Amino acid sequence: MDPITLIFIFTLAVFLGFELISKVPSQLHTPLMSGSNAISGITVVGAIVLMQQGDNSLAPWIGLAALILATVNVVGGYLVTDRMLEMFKKKGDSK
Amino acid sequence: MNEGVLISYVVAAILFIFGIKMLGSASTARKGNLLSSVGMLIAIVATLTEANLDYQWIAVGIIIGALIGVVAAKRVEMTGMPELVALLNGFGGAASFLVGWAQYTAVYNNQEVNISYFEASVIFIAIFIGAITSSGSLIAWGKLSGKMGGSPITFSGQKVLNLVFIVGTFGLGVAFTILSAGASGPSILYAFLTLSLLLGVMLVIPIGGGDMPVVISLLNSLSGLAACAAGFVLGNVVLIVAGSLVGASGLILTVIMCKAMNRSLINVVLGGFGGSSSGSKELEGEMKPMNVADAFYVLEAANKVLFIPGYGMAVAQAQHVVRELSDLLENNGCEVGYAIHPVAGRMPGHMNVLLAEADVPYEQLLEMDAANAQLPLTDVAIVIGANDVVNPAAQEDPGSPIYGMPIINAHQAKTVFCLKRGQGTGFSGLQNQLFGMDNTRMVYGDAKSTIGSLVNEFKNTD
Repeated sequence: MDPITLIFIFTLAVFLGFELISKVPSQLHTPLMSGSNAISGITVVGAIVLMQQGDNSLAPWIGLAALILATVNVVGGYLVTDRMLEMFKKKGDSK
Repeated sequence: MNEGVLISYVVAAILFIFGIKMLGSASTARKGNLLSSVGMLIAIVATLTEANLDYQWIAVGIIIGALIGVVAAKRVEMTGMPELVALLNGFGGAASFLVGWAQYTAVYNNQEVNISYFEASVIFIAIFIGAITSSGSLIAWGKLSGKMGGSPITFSGQKVLNLVFIVGTFGLGVAFTILSAGASGPSILYAFLTLSLLLGVMLVIPIGGGDMPVVISLLNSLSGLAACAAGFVLGNVVLIVAGSLVGASGLILTVIMCKAMNRSLINVVLGGFGGSSSGSKELEGEMKPMNVADAFYVLEAANKVLFIPGYGMAVAQAQHVVRELSDLLENNGCEVGYAIHPVAGRMPGHMNVLLAEADVPYEQLLEMDAANAQLPLTDVAIVIGANDVVNPAAQEDPGSPIYGMPIINAHQAKTVFCLKRGQGTGFSGLQNQLFGMDNTRMVYGDAKSTIGSLVNEFKNTD
């Protein structure tokens, strides 16, 4: 895709991101942060693309390092967010 | 990239959008998190259908990463949550700068492909943001986990040095954009990668523990922008969309934190806080200590008690015993609540997470404004390891560095108990005027054992 299209998509997504969250109750600040942090682990997709067969440069090895780190980010981020929200949920049910 | 993959990316992006939206509301948050994880799975699986991938090593990478992630998420204590979030931010940032670096290596070695100015400049930006995020998060993790001191590290000429680093990094970025395909390309890359990593360290070391909520949410935002920049490097839409969503929503959280401290983002990042207590007044009045037995008699007679927790409660791990005390108070016919300041603790929502772990009912958690409405009617306000967020100087002393910061009006309660380890000042080095007020009593000692003794007093009278 040409640079202008990418910048166009970027601009729209940033504005959407600003509109998405207006008033968040403080109870949800931590889960919101860790949950969106897990989304930023989307770099995992970029790391996978870089692990091409027959590429004799360093790229696949650096990609492997990126893949491991991004996977920790994704898996750890989603699980820990779920654990926190489950804790909140438990009280919601008991009232 | 084939159309099937692109369509899957659109689906993933929609799921991320709904996921973030639903994370903003209590009733839908858990489902939102699930939706966004499904989006992630779709994006990953779709990407795996690309041609020519080295599946063996991809499997190795995913298995190792997933194992570490599962263990970290299951084992972390709720008190260790700020460190974990900082560390995960750092991993995300590191992955993004590695992607930028790897893509450059791949293209550089492939003589048939030219590196355009656009591509070179986004590689620079991805490495710059990713590296700052990763080293900055690592320092934040060190401060939060106590592996390094939490106090600000400052030295003369720090700001000038930072400026030199920033200008130097961008200078190298421009050089890289022009020379990326030449023989000097890789060495320029190593140079600005190193400078960016150093810059991340330099920007976080002068920031004190109390400013950590701002820094963590800012690093969270940056980790999204780093992923977004990596998306530009690869021309990958889903990275751009997901990354900028996270970047924008993280920035909103950062702004909420800044507002709660009445400070601008620039002010926090440039560290205009540490040690500048020159304008603050000495303590008026004197601190009046009280022992646990007397505190118990006051509490036994109280009809309404508000707990005001701060970072000290997290350090002392006192949340469970606080919950126990509040149960006993309720059985005694007393109304109990918790007043939560938005920046209490070391990350946004820190106190809520700790109290939820101790099974404190959600209805008892009051946001700042609601708590302030109730404080004049409160018999006893119990301040547990909170300091600046209850300092009346923020309202009364225009010379105070925290003047204008919204606080919880603990001083309006009939009696205030301040649970404190010793007589020192808070992280900002400010005298807390609350401690010297007529209605304030200092209960010295470890918060957990103090509250534990109160619990025992209640149990012994039954």
